[in-house]
Amino acid sequence: MSASLLTALQEKFPQARPRPSLDHAAVNVPADTILAVLQELRDAHGYDFLVDLTAIDWAEGATPRFTVVYHLRSTTHHGYVRVAADCPNAAEPAMPSACGLWAGANWHERETYDMFGIAFTGHPDLRRILMWDGYPYFPLRKEFPLAGIETPLPDAEIGAETGAAAIPAPMAGGPFVAAPGEINLTEAEPRAKDESWNEARAKPTP
Amino acid sequence: MVTPNTELAYNGKIEGEVVVSQLDAVINWIRTNSMWPMPMGLACCAIELMGSASSRFDIARFGAEVMRFSPRQSDCMIVAGTVTYKMASAVRRIYDQMAEPKWVIAMGACASSGGMYRSYATLQGVDRILPVDVYVSGCPPRPEALLDALIKLQGKVRRERSATQLLRS
Repeated sequence: MSASLLTALQEKFPQARPRPSLDHAAVNVPADTILAVLQELRDAHGYDFLVDLTAIDWAEGATPRFTVVYHLRSTTHHGYVRVAADCPNAAEPAMPSACGLWAGANWHERETYDMFGIAFTGHPDLRRILMWDGYPYFPLRKEFPLAGIETPLPDAEIGAETGAAAIPAPMAGGPFVAAPGEINLTEAEPRAKDESWNEARAKPTP
Repeated sequence: MVTPNTELAYNGKIEGEVVVSQLDAVINWIRTNSMWPMPMGLACCAIELMGSASSRFDIARFGAEVMRFSPRQSDCMIVAGTVTYKMASAVRRIYDQMAEPKWVIAMGACASSGGMYRSYATLQGVDRILPVDVYVSGCPPRPEALLDALIKLQGKVRRERSATQLLRS
């Protein structure tokens, strides 16, 4: 973070701390001052564009458990700044909504709520945006398996008619990721690493 | 083999303006050559579906060029793309709105089996909610593969006992 920006922020918000960053300027601030910091950056420092709003799950039992991350861009002096705020409560994470500062925060916050279960207080329409209404889990949390957890289909009528449900996806020796550092692309391509088991044949126990 | 008959086409003077056939053959002939697709384009396979409808591959050669975006007017649903669980109910509902007789082509790896999307959000094969007639492999399949699937589906329809089914229903 450029020293002048950090100094200027710390004059107004003494709890702001520099955040380790390999690329852009970054700052950690407490959750209760996040809106004031964002507004200060927008109005006094020219960071007038909210590029991204997302969250980090630091795993179950970690303190803090969730961190909300904002990326701001200046359309006048073309700089980026990253602002991060920890959610104080791990069980019911919450963060003030930035919709009042940027209308574009609306869907970003809905997505972050959908994936991580972080409630944005003051959001005008906090519904799920990717998964269907009534889905009981938050898929990007660390305890949620990639394959998923069995859940009824969003439409109960269709579920009853077809007998289908949202099932854990068969991983069959996956996950399907490319082997890093492999020169031979045939060897590196995403495929089941362990082909000794599949949906029909159970995974052998060592 | 040499045959004395040189009449290669239908000749009303000889046949007496009557063609004798089987009801099954006539019904299936009609069905196979005007199979209007319901393009269920959900991902990149839909681009290849558009390619097969365009001039280079020209699905019209097989009577399936009339892409109907109303399920009421279509005979064959081509599920082209990744079906998420959120979309699955809509896909099934559209299928239910299609008039009988109706067929389904699962186009590409995702529609056939979930493909590379082994994840919480993706339906692991559209055959979990629809009766699929033809599966097409590929990610995405080339237009030729889709045309091949259509020809295979036509072959399947030609073998159906359509008249018996009609009389029974």
